[in-house]
Amino acid sequence: MIALDAEMTGIEKGDFWRDMFSRLSDRSDRHFLVAEDPKGGATRGYIVGEVRAYEFGSEPCGWVIAIGVDPRFRVRRTGEQLFGAMCECLRIDGVATVRTMVAREDRLDMAFFRAQGMMAGPFIELEKPLD
Amino acid sequence: MKLQKATLFGLYSVLELARDPSRQLSAIDIAERYGISANHLAKVLRDLGRAGLVEAARGAGGGYRFIGNARRTTLLDVVRVFEDFGEEKASGEPGGDTDIGAALDLVLSEIDDIARATLGSVTLNTLLKTMQWRDERSQRLKAKETA
Repeated sequence: MIALDAEMTGIEKGDFWRDMFSRLSDRSDRHFLVAEDPKGGATRGYIVGEVRAYEFGSEPCGWVIAIGVDPRFRVRRTGEQLFGAMCECLRIDGVATVRTMVAREDRLDMAFFRAQGMMAGPFIELEKPLD
Repeated sequence: MKLQKATLFGLYSVLELARDPSRQLSAIDIAERYGISANHLAKVLRDLGRAGLVEAARGAGGGYRFIGNARRTTLLDVVRVFEDFGEEKASGEPGGDTDIGAALDLVLSEIDDIARATLGSVTLNTLLKTMQWRDERSQRLKAKETA
Protein backbone atom coordinates (compact mmCIF):
# COMPACT_ATOMS: atom_id res chain seq x y z
CA MET A 1 0.00 0.00 0.00
CA ILE A 2 2.91 2.31 0.78
CA ALA A 3 4.33 1.53 -2.66
CA LEU A 4 0.97 2.13 -4.34
CA ASP A 5 0.57 5.50 -2.62
CA ALA A 6 4.17 6.46 -3.49
CA GLU A 7 3.52 5.59 -7.13
CA MET A 8 0.38 7.73 -7.23
CA THR A 9 1.63 10.75 -5.29
CA GLY A 10 5.35 10.64 -6.04
CA ILE A 11 6.20 10.80 -2.33
CA GLU A 12 7.10 7.78 -0.18
CA LYS A 13 5.42 8.15 3.20
CA GLY A 14 6.21 4.88 4.98
CA ASP A 15 6.25 6.36 8.50
CA PHE A 16 2.96 8.16 7.92
CA TRP A 17 1.17 4.99 6.79
CA ARG A 18 2.69 2.77 9.51
CA ASP A 19 1.68 5.32 12.13
CA MET A 20 -1.84 5.58 10.68
CA PHE A 21 -2.19 1.80 10.62
CA SER A 22 -1.04 1.41 14.24
CA ARG A 23 -3.42 4.18 15.39
CA LEU A 24 -6.33 2.68 13.46
CA SER A 25 -5.89 -0.67 15.13
CA ASP A 26 -6.50 0.98 18.55
CA ARG A 27 -10.19 1.58 17.90
CA SER A 28 -13.05 -0.40 16.44
CA ASP A 29 -14.57 2.64 14.69
CA ARG A 30 -11.49 3.16 12.53
CA HIS A 31 -11.32 1.14 9.34
CA PHE A 32 -8.51 0.31 6.96
CA LEU A 33 -9.79 -1.60 3.92
CA VAL A 34 -7.81 -2.84 0.93
CA ALA A 35 -8.88 -4.19 -2.46
CA GLU A 36 -6.79 -7.18 -3.47
CA ASP A 37 -6.34 -8.69 -6.91
CA PRO A 38 -8.40 -11.91 -6.72
CA LYS A 39 -5.79 -13.72 -8.81
CA GLY A 40 -2.58 -12.75 -7.06
CA GLY A 41 -3.48 -10.97 -3.83
CA ALA A 42 -1.65 -7.77 -4.84
CA THR A 43 -3.09 -4.54 -3.42
CA ARG A 44 -5.09 -2.68 -6.07
CA GLY A 45 -6.62 -0.05 -3.81
CA TYR A 46 -7.22 1.12 -0.28
CA ILE A 47 -9.49 3.31 1.79
CA VAL A 48 -9.09 4.58 5.34
CA GLY A 49 -11.95 5.93 7.42
CA GLU A 50 -13.02 6.59 10.97
CA VAL A 51 -15.73 8.10 13.14
CA ARG A 52 -14.93 11.54 14.53
CA ALA A 53 -17.10 13.15 17.15
CA TYR A 54 -17.69 16.79 18.09
CA GLU A 55 -14.84 18.29 16.10
CA PHE A 56 -15.72 21.91 15.34
CA GLY A 57 -19.12 21.38 16.93
CA SER A 58 -20.09 18.58 14.56
CA GLU A 59 -22.24 15.64 15.55
CA PRO A 60 -20.39 12.27 15.29
CA CYS A 61 -19.76 11.57 11.64
CA GLY A 62 -17.72 9.27 9.41
CA TRP A 63 -14.60 10.54 7.67
CA VAL A 64 -12.82 9.11 4.66
CA ILE A 65 -9.21 10.05 5.37
CA ALA A 66 -7.55 8.43 2.37
CA ILE A 67 -8.47 6.54 -0.77
CA GLY A 68 -6.40 5.31 -3.69
CA VAL A 69 -6.69 2.88 -6.59
CA ASP A 70 -3.82 1.57 -8.72
CA PRO A 71 -4.00 3.70 -11.92
CA ARG A 72 -3.65 0.53 -14.04
CA PHE A 73 -6.83 -0.85 -12.50
CA ARG A 74 -9.08 2.21 -12.55
CA VAL A 75 -12.51 2.47 -14.18
CA ARG A 76 -13.37 -1.01 -12.85
CA ARG A 77 -15.49 0.21 -9.94
CA THR A 78 -12.76 -0.65 -7.39
CA GLY A 79 -12.99 2.81 -5.79
CA GLU A 80 -16.77 2.64 -5.78
CA GLN A 81 -16.69 -0.76 -4.02
CA LEU A 82 -14.13 0.46 -1.47
CA PHE A 83 -16.21 3.57 -0.78
CA GLY A 84 -19.40 1.49 -0.48
CA ALA A 85 -17.72 -0.94 1.94
CA MET A 86 -16.43 1.97 4.04
CA CYS A 87 -19.89 3.56 4.17
CA GLU A 88 -21.30 0.25 5.38
CA CYS A 89 -18.65 0.04 8.16
CA LEU A 90 -19.44 3.61 9.23
CA ARG A 91 -23.20 2.97 9.11
CA ILE A 92 -22.69 -0.03 11.44
CA ASP A 93 -20.70 2.28 13.74
CA GLY A 94 -23.88 4.34 14.06
CA VAL A 95 -23.19 7.50 12.06
CA ALA A 96 -25.52 8.89 9.41
CA THR A 97 -23.11 11.06 7.41
CA VAL A 98 -19.75 10.55 5.75
CA ARG A 99 -17.33 13.39 4.98
CA THR A 100 -14.01 13.87 3.29
CA MET A 101 -11.76 16.71 2.17
CA VAL A 102 -10.47 17.20 -1.37
CA ALA A 103 -8.15 19.78 -2.90
CA ARG A 104 -10.08 22.14 -5.20
CA GLU A 105 -7.70 21.42 -8.07
CA ASP A 106 -7.94 17.65 -7.60
CA ARG A 107 -10.57 17.13 -10.29
CA LEU A 108 -10.13 13.33 -10.33
CA ASP A 109 -10.91 12.76 -6.65
CA MET A 110 -13.49 15.53 -6.57
CA ALA A 111 -15.37 13.95 -9.50
CA PHE A 112 -15.07 10.50 -7.90
CA PHE A 113 -16.61 11.61 -4.59
CA ARG A 114 -19.32 13.59 -6.40
CA ALA A 115 -20.16 10.48 -8.41
CA GLN A 116 -20.67 8.65 -5.11
CA GLY A 117 -23.34 11.23 -4.20
CA MET A 118 -21.22 13.50 -1.99
CA MET A 119 -21.91 17.24 -2.01
CA ALA A 120 -20.51 20.27 -0.20
CA GLY A 121 -21.25 20.03 3.52
CA PRO A 122 -21.95 22.68 6.14
CA PHE A 123 -18.27 23.34 6.98
CA ILE A 124 -15.69 25.36 5.05
CA GLU A 125 -11.97 24.78 5.52
CA LEU A 126 -10.06 28.00 6.21
CA GLU A 127 -6.32 28.54 6.41
CA LYS A 128 -3.64 31.20 6.75
CA PRO A 129 0.07 31.16 6.00
CA LEU A 130 2.16 31.40 9.17
CA ASP A 131 5.31 32.91 7.67
CA MET B 1 -24.54 32.65 -8.10
CA LYS B 2 -26.48 33.64 -11.18
CA LEU B 3 -25.98 32.09 -14.59
CA GLN B 4 -26.98 33.82 -17.82
CA LYS B 5 -30.34 32.71 -19.22
CA ALA B 6 -28.75 30.98 -22.23
CA THR B 7 -26.44 29.01 -19.91
CA LEU B 8 -29.30 27.86 -17.72
CA PHE B 9 -31.39 26.87 -20.75
CA GLY B 10 -28.36 25.02 -22.12
CA LEU B 11 -28.00 23.06 -18.90
CA TYR B 12 -31.72 22.22 -18.86
CA SER B 13 -31.55 21.01 -22.47
CA VAL B 14 -28.38 18.94 -22.15
CA LEU B 15 -29.53 17.28 -18.94
CA GLU B 16 -33.03 16.63 -20.25
CA LEU B 17 -31.62 15.03 -23.42
CA ALA B 18 -28.83 13.14 -21.58
CA ARG B 19 -31.46 11.61 -19.28
CA ASP B 20 -32.33 9.33 -22.21
CA PRO B 21 -29.88 9.62 -25.14
CA SER B 22 -32.08 7.47 -27.39
CA ARG B 23 -34.92 9.99 -27.15
CA GLN B 24 -35.38 12.97 -29.45
CA LEU B 25 -37.00 16.15 -28.21
CA SER B 26 -37.81 19.33 -30.12
CA ALA B 27 -37.06 22.83 -28.85
CA ILE B 28 -40.80 23.20 -28.22
CA ASP B 29 -40.92 19.99 -26.11
CA ILE B 30 -38.10 21.22 -23.87
CA ALA B 31 -39.36 24.82 -23.77
CA GLU B 32 -42.81 23.68 -22.62
CA ARG B 33 -41.35 21.43 -19.91
CA TYR B 34 -39.27 24.26 -18.41
CA GLY B 35 -41.64 27.14 -19.17
CA ILE B 36 -39.12 29.03 -21.28
CA SER B 37 -39.04 30.72 -24.69
CA ALA B 38 -38.85 28.22 -27.59
CA ASN B 39 -37.21 30.86 -29.82
CA HIS B 40 -34.44 31.49 -27.32
CA LEU B 41 -34.04 27.74 -26.76
CA ALA B 42 -33.68 27.08 -30.50
CA LYS B 43 -30.60 29.30 -30.56
CA VAL B 44 -29.24 27.62 -27.41
CA LEU B 45 -29.67 24.19 -29.01
CA ARG B 46 -27.81 25.34 -32.11
CA ASP B 47 -24.90 26.44 -29.87
CA LEU B 48 -24.96 23.05 -28.11
CA GLY B 49 -24.95 21.38 -31.53
CA ARG B 50 -21.86 23.34 -32.59
CA ALA B 51 -20.20 22.27 -29.31
CA GLY B 52 -20.83 18.61 -30.19
CA LEU B 53 -23.15 17.93 -27.27
CA VAL B 54 -26.43 17.52 -29.14
CA GLU B 55 -27.40 16.63 -32.69
CA ALA B 56 -30.39 17.71 -34.71
CA ALA B 57 -32.33 14.87 -36.29
CA ARG B 58 -34.00 15.60 -39.62
CA GLY B 59 -37.46 14.57 -40.77
CA ALA B 60 -41.00 14.77 -39.47
CA GLY B 61 -40.18 13.21 -36.12
CA GLY B 62 -37.05 15.34 -35.86
CA GLY B 63 -35.74 16.93 -32.75
CA TYR B 64 -32.51 16.95 -30.79
CA ARG B 65 -30.70 14.12 -29.08
CA PHE B 66 -27.70 14.03 -26.78
CA ILE B 67 -24.49 12.81 -28.43
CA GLY B 68 -21.87 13.74 -25.81
CA ASN B 69 -20.31 11.54 -23.14
CA ALA B 70 -22.42 12.02 -19.99
CA ARG B 71 -19.75 10.38 -17.83
CA ARG B 72 -17.09 12.85 -19.00
CA THR B 73 -19.00 16.07 -19.69
CA THR B 74 -19.14 18.35 -16.66
CA LEU B 75 -21.55 21.16 -15.88
CA LEU B 76 -18.60 23.53 -16.40
CA ASP B 77 -18.13 22.21 -19.95
CA VAL B 78 -21.72 23.20 -20.72
CA VAL B 79 -21.44 26.55 -18.95
CA ARG B 80 -18.35 27.39 -21.02
CA VAL B 81 -20.33 27.00 -24.25
CA PHE B 82 -22.24 30.12 -23.27
CA GLU B 83 -20.08 32.23 -20.97
CA ASP B 84 -16.54 32.80 -19.74
CA PHE B 85 -16.81 31.58 -16.23
CA GLY B 86 -14.29 33.55 -14.21
CA GLU B 87 -11.46 32.32 -16.43
CA GLU B 88 -10.06 35.71 -17.18
CA LYS B 89 -9.90 38.38 -14.55
CA ALA B 90 -11.33 41.61 -15.86
CA SER B 91 -8.31 43.85 -16.09
CA GLY B 92 -8.51 47.55 -15.62
CA GLU B 93 -11.62 47.49 -13.41
CA PRO B 94 -12.01 50.90 -11.77
CA GLY B 95 -10.41 50.75 -8.33
CA GLY B 96 -8.81 47.37 -9.03
CA ASP B 97 -5.30 48.67 -8.40
CA THR B 98 -6.10 50.09 -4.94
CA ASP B 99 -5.43 48.17 -1.70
CA ILE B 100 -9.16 47.67 -1.10
CA GLY B 101 -9.73 46.68 -4.73
CA ALA B 102 -6.98 44.05 -4.49
CA ALA B 103 -8.26 42.66 -1.17
CA LEU B 104 -11.81 42.49 -2.52
CA ASP B 105 -10.50 40.72 -5.61
CA LEU B 106 -8.99 38.01 -3.36
CA VAL B 107 -12.39 37.25 -1.83
CA LEU B 108 -14.19 37.31 -5.19
CA SER B 109 -11.52 35.02 -6.67
CA GLU B 110 -12.09 32.60 -3.79
CA ILE B 111 -15.79 32.42 -4.69
CA ASP B 112 -14.97 31.92 -8.39
CA ASP B 113 -12.48 29.14 -7.56
CA ILE B 114 -15.04 27.25 -5.48
CA ALA B 115 -17.75 27.64 -8.13
CA ARG B 116 -15.37 26.47 -10.87
CA ALA B 117 -14.22 23.47 -8.83
CA THR B 118 -17.84 22.53 -8.09
CA LEU B 119 -19.14 22.84 -11.65
CA GLY B 120 -16.01 21.16 -13.02
CA SER B 121 -16.41 18.11 -10.81
CA VAL B 122 -20.07 17.34 -11.43
CA THR B 123 -20.59 15.34 -14.62
CA LEU B 124 -23.99 15.13 -16.31
CA ASN B 125 -24.13 11.50 -15.26
CA THR B 126 -23.38 12.39 -11.63
CA LEU B 127 -26.11 15.03 -11.57
CA LEU B 128 -28.67 12.64 -13.07
CA LYS B 129 -27.65 9.93 -10.58
CA THR B 130 -27.81 12.40 -7.70
CA MET B 131 -31.39 13.28 -8.70
CA GLN B 132 -32.27 9.60 -8.58
CA TRP B 133 -30.61 9.08 -5.17
CA ARG B 134 -32.38 12.11 -3.72
CA ASP B 135 -35.73 10.81 -4.98
CA GLU B 136 -35.08 7.32 -3.59
CA ARG B 137 -33.89 8.76 -0.27
CA SER B 138 -36.93 11.00 0.14
CA GLN B 139 -39.21 8.04 -0.66
CA ARG B 140 -37.38 5.94 1.97
CA LEU B 141 -37.75 8.70 4.54
CA LYS B 142 -41.45 9.13 3.69
CA ALA B 143 -42.01 5.38 4.02
CA LYS B 144 -40.25 5.46 7.43
CA GLU B 145 -42.45 8.35 8.60
CA THR B 146 -45.66 6.60 7.61
CA ALA B 147 -44.58 3.22 9.06
